[in-house]
Amino acid sequence: MSAHPSNRSLLVKLTALAAAMFMFAIFVLPPLYDLFCEITGIGGKTEGAYTAVAVEVDTSRNIEVQFVATNNATMPWDFYPIEERVIVHPGESREVAFYAHNRTGQDMLGQAIPNVLPNNAADYFHKTECFCFNNQPLAAGETAELALVFIIDPDLPASVNTVTLSYTMFDITDRTNVQVSQVQ
Amino acid sequence: MAHGPATLADGWLKYISRWVFTTNHKDIGTLYLWFSFAMFIMGGAFAMVIRAELFQPGMQLIKPEFFNQMTTMHGLVMVFGAIMPAFVGLANWMIPMMIGAPDMALPRMNNLSFWILPFAFAILTSTLFMEGGGPNFGWTFYAPLSTTYAPDTVNYFIFGVHIMGASSIMGSINIIATVMNMRAPGMTYMKMPMFVWTWVITAFLLVAVMPVLAGAVTMMLMDINFGTSFFDAAGGGDPVLFQHIFWFFGHPEVYIIILPAFGVVSQIIPTFSRKPLFGYSSMVYATAAIAFLSFVVWAHHMFTVGMPIAGELYFMYATMLIAVPTGVKVFNWITTMYRGSLTFETPMLFSIAFVILFTFGGFTGMMLSIAAADMQYHDTYFVVAHFHYVMVAGAVFSGTAAVYYWLPKWCGKMYDETMGKLQFWIAFIGFNITFMPQHFLGLAGMPRRYADYGLQFADWNMVSSIGAFMYGGAQILFLYNVIRTIGWGKPTNDPQVWEGAEGLEWTLPTPAPYHTFATPPKLK
Repeated sequence: MSAHPSNRSLLVKLTALAAAMFMFAIFVLPPLYDLFCEITGIGGKTEGAYTAVAVEVDTSRNIEVQFVATNNATMPWDFYPIEERVIVHPGESREVAFYAHNRTGQDMLGQAIPNVLPNNAADYFHKTECFCFNNQPLAAGETAELALVFIIDPDLPASVNTVTLSYTMFDITDRTNVQVSQVQ
Repeated sequence: MAHGPATLADGWLKYISRWVFTTNHKDIGTLYLWFSFAMFIMGGAFAMVIRAELFQPGMQLIKPEFFNQMTTMHGLVMVFGAIMPAFVGLANWMIPMMIGAPDMALPRMNNLSFWILPFAFAILTSTLFMEGGGPNFGWTFYAPLSTTYAPDTVNYFIFGVHIMGASSIMGSINIIATVMNMRAPGMTYMKMPMFVWTWVITAFLLVAVMPVLAGAVTMMLMDINFGTSFFDAAGGGDPVLFQHIFWFFGHPEVYIIILPAFGVVSQIIPTFSRKPLFGYSSMVYATAAIAFLSFVVWAHHMFTVGMPIAGELYFMYATMLIAVPTGVKVFNWITTMYRGSLTFETPMLFSIAFVILFTFGGFTGMMLSIAAADMQYHDTYFVVAHFHYVMVAGAVFSGTAAVYYWLPKWCGKMYDETMGKLQFWIAFIGFNITFMPQHFLGLAGMPRRYADYGLQFADWNMVSSIGAFMYGGAQILFLYNVIRTIGWGKPTNDPQVWEGAEGLEWTLPTPAPYHTFATPPKLK
């Protein structure tokens, strides 16, 4: 029952295949998924900080932008938009604010995760300034107005008249090693 | 002839070391089969707990938290502990004998791949006795249930999954190496028995997707313990990513379970029809086509997750496409039986029931593949009924058929045919009483994985539970019949055992000697 000479090479090849699939699952699939979502806009994720470029404001269109704020799971903050909806023209820069109040007795760290609906609007919702780019520390009992400056791209598809921007506030007080750069 | 195996007469120590250190494919096959039967009984006991609690509405026997652990453990133990090792056991026993090889290609790795398995399940099962309880997030362990909200014992679960994945990968590499390198001269690929073909294809699926499962649990491990955010939205990850990765493994996994079952049935039906398998080459190509398609349909498990319409349509049509090669297989089995001189011994009864009930399960699968309709069926008992029709009536029935079919060859003794048939009818009727009503419950809107239900679901749940106890009883009869056969069965020395049986394994003496095909057989 001496081993067939090519058993060893087959063993090596198949083990390499298994190892490659493991690497594929951890290092390729998650970035691929993010890329896919970015291209299709499925996840409703918005892009990072936007540098404003000079564009002509399209006064012929009125876009209603709605703001939704939600607390995730056990997050105890008061968190809501100060204006629930604004009407803007594409190309126009607009500042709005969200109210956040830590009503607990301890210092906390929050992280807001944005989401835009409809999906095909996500790529056209530009944020030049956003509290969601960083995490939000609030001391016990502290109140803050969180600012957001955004521009709707004039290339926004003609079918879209209403854009909803939703923020979910996560409690990340106990988390270490949060990479905010991933978040945006 | 080489030395024989140690028996009890040589003393306990020698007997135990024989099994622990064995590199013999028949010994390892036997170990796999007994292990999987033990897991089958354990997973079955979990199912009995579930059905006992669901016998009546309201909470009677157990707490909802424990119910969740039972559904999770039932799924995990049955899929990874019972069905998969059972078919690996059959592969170990039969593949060398079917292709004229003296043993598996990598016997020491074969030993290792079996012996790490009991540890994996000991680790997994021990969590039930720990503080916080066992895994309670469903066998699909969706994040964040299995990460943010999981009990602390989830790390044991992850380690267990890693070990069983390693075991499966090693077993598969062994099977591929055996089939590619160890075939007797003249045994070309297109002369291999169907069981061997289905297993080679399964083994490739395993090597490709078990590492993806290992990757998924590794990412969970890092999210839980090392502060990464693969699946955590708070850190920029996405829980839906988990579902994509899980089902990228999970859908090929269901074919990993069912393809060897196809192979078994493709051996048994020709024997008892006394005709060669109809459309052998189309069977091979259909199996390969199913395996290929299994990689590109995963998101049909997650139609409700919020996919764009183009994605829903693609996954819907791709899923429906699988019905074509599957239909080829069912057609071939039926055509093999057509105008054959059929006899209905126990293995044949289980195989015919397999064809009928698996086709049922396939049809409900077609219903579920319709994305628009799936919005209603998703996560209801309709899904539970569907996958038990393909897993139990598919994989478990064919595994039972395989044991009855090859048991005389393994131990040289005939099982009790009357008891076998009795077991078949109890199992067949019990199975249908259990799972047929679950279709109705699901269509009426009863969600899966809950410990309690609305009063309108009470009657069919009681019927389903009665059927489940019946089906469970049939397995005890099965165990008794197997033990009785090995101990006190009627001896037989007929190499062929079954009148219509064809293939190399039936040219060997009965019972199969410890070492076979030390010199390769000559093929006609």
